[in-house]
Amino acid sequence: MGGIFRDFFDRNGAGLGIFLLVVVGFWVVILIILPQLSMLDFSFRHHLPPPEMGGPKDTYTIEHYKYLVLGAPGADTSYNVVDLGVFGRTLIAALFVTILDLVLCYPLAYYLGQSKGGGFVRVLVLLLIIPYWINEILRAFAFRIIFGESGVINEVLLTMGLIGSPIDFIRANIALYAGLGYAYILLMIFPIYNVIESLDRNQIEAARDMGAPWWRIHWRIVIPYAKPGISSGCTMVFMLSAGALAAPQILGGPSSLWFTQIIYQWFNQGGNWPRGAAFAIVLLLTCIVIVLSMMRLFKVKIGDIGK
Amino acid sequence: MSKGVDVNLENVWIRFGEFVAVREANVNIKGGEFFSFLGPSGCGKTTILRAVSGFLEPSDGTIKIGGKDMAGIGPNKRPTALIFQNLALFPLMKVWENITFSLEVQGVGKADRRKRADELLEMIALSDQGEKLPSELSGGQKQRVAIARALCAEPDVLLLDEPLSALDLKLRQHMRTELREIQQRVGITFIYITHDQGEALTMSDKVAVMRAGIIDQIADGKSVYDDPATPFVASFVGENNVFRGKVKSIDGDMALIDTNRSGTLLARMASAAKGTLKVGDNAMMFIRPEACKIATDTSPAHNRLTAKVKNEEFEGQIYNVFLEGSEGKEIKMSLVNIGQQRLSARGSDLTLEYAPEQAVALPAGDLASE
Repeated sequence: MGGIFRDFFDRNGAGLGIFLLVVVGFWVVILIILPQLSMLDFSFRHHLPPPEMGGPKDTYTIEHYKYLVLGAPGADTSYNVVDLGVFGRTLIAALFVTILDLVLCYPLAYYLGQSKGGGFVRVLVLLLIIPYWINEILRAFAFRIIFGESGVINEVLLTMGLIGSPIDFIRANIALYAGLGYAYILLMIFPIYNVIESLDRNQIEAARDMGAPWWRIHWRIVIPYAKPGISSGCTMVFMLSAGALAAPQILGGPSSLWFTQIIYQWFNQGGNWPRGAAFAIVLLLTCIVIVLSMMRLFKVKIGDIGK
Repeated sequence: MSKGVDVNLENVWIRFGEFVAVREANVNIKGGEFFSFLGPSGCGKTTILRAVSGFLEPSDGTIKIGGKDMAGIGPNKRPTALIFQNLALFPLMKVWENITFSLEVQGVGKADRRKRADELLEMIALSDQGEKLPSELSGGQKQRVAIARALCAEPDVLLLDEPLSALDLKLRQHMRTELREIQQRVGITFIYITHDQGEALTMSDKVAVMRAGIIDQIADGKSVYDDPATPFVASFVGENNVFRGKVKSIDGDMALIDTNRSGTLLARMASAAKGTLKVGDNAMMFIRPEACKIATDTSPAHNRLTAKVKNEEFEGQIYNVFLEGSEGKEIKMSLVNIGQQRLSARGSDLTLEYAPEQAVALPAGDLASE
């Protein structure tokens, strides 16, 4: 252990070494580990009015976790169908958004990665980045307008005579999926683009020379090579979609709730921090489990993601 | 394995915008021949190879493989297999999967593929290495895997784009012999691209020497070396001492050249010079370093030159002696190391002589840049 530190300081010098240690330490310990631990602690406490906190009633409990699974004591159903339903729907929808982004971004990332630079590619990258200068709320509301009953899309479809009456994209959650998918497109494109950029073009030509059609070239050569990029893109998009709040708040249909909205309600409207914390912890752990099992399924090592 | 087929390039032009990469190439490669394109980088040889393999279409002219016009036929549909300069092995596939990728594409079952892979692995002396990844192999082994992968689909023509350039000298020389052996065994047409004249001369039945998109000469290695068609070929293939001058007289096959700085010298007219090189024309004559000997008789003659010893290099099997003739004319002479004394007297005069038949006269033209 001492050896590692000595090596580290020898390589970076005392000044930079201390800076790196302090900054990374502050980030990891103060900004990540401690808040999460305190949330974990919260999630196991009773919901008490402030004067009673730290008093005799402030003991550890799993009532909030129980609530998520079983619902309020004395409810008519034996499980908390509403919250669990939202929880499941959120995860499935996040998975859907991830797949949507992957399908959209892989061809684009392949194109960007394999074309040798050039003005057009630079313009394309710029066009992808510039919309992110606009803040998230504004973007979500713009989507609301585009997808609204008298929005651009409905207007065009109506004028072309493809539909008789406007489609309610908001109620059908199409606006939500589009908004979420759009919000994380860059997080999908860039990791894949980075990996594909380093793929030797000759390998593609060699495969073509050996008679491989385009889909087999992608299946056997490009996708296996791009797997670390694909998994890091998917991980980020999935985690962020499942944890998104603004887009579901603004673009979600009236009857559909995102699990984060329930968490938000407990924290904010309900003022019930322990319950909010318990729900958030369950969401976090489930997401981690899903990501890890996906990685196991597709044989991706966790170290590959950092590549 | 299938027998090799003819490859014909008829009036092939390849242009990239304004730039002409290949100019009016006419090449007839016979089935089963080991044919090399030799030239400096940027001469268009790789472009020709890419056109034959189907990765680009000629702007003009016809490419025929086995007598069949290849226009509009993609690389995956041509009976050719290409070995890339960097080999382009698939890093994430096992060696045996690499080798049989073309069969996988054809939908051949795994058991049959494995069997074929084992045959090919045995041929390249890499049995038991099939389960490894390419990154676990040495440079020479990777080379052999690339060859096996290309041969797996039983192509009629194998195209090789400087595949030995990444190897070290010893291995490169070894692989030359091996490639030649494989070619003779499978009997298919090999088209080989290289800038290394040693590779071209040792392996090929025929060599096409290219410069700036133009094919200067197509001949067997010995003719290219001994009877170059242009000053470019003479100066690019092997080393040569160049003497510029004018033709003073012609007598049968021999020409007397009045050189600018080295007096009047006698040389054999190259085949390409016969009928075109006339008395009074600007000419170039070439004397190979190894054609020079130290003269015992120092009296003036049309095949003798006197110069000062400037420098001497010992290379092992030969000594290179650098001489300075009149007006600073540099002459290189190579002497086979047969245990004689080295000439260490720098600045001393030395007379060298050569057999006039070994010197070549050509109409003046462009030389290969150093």
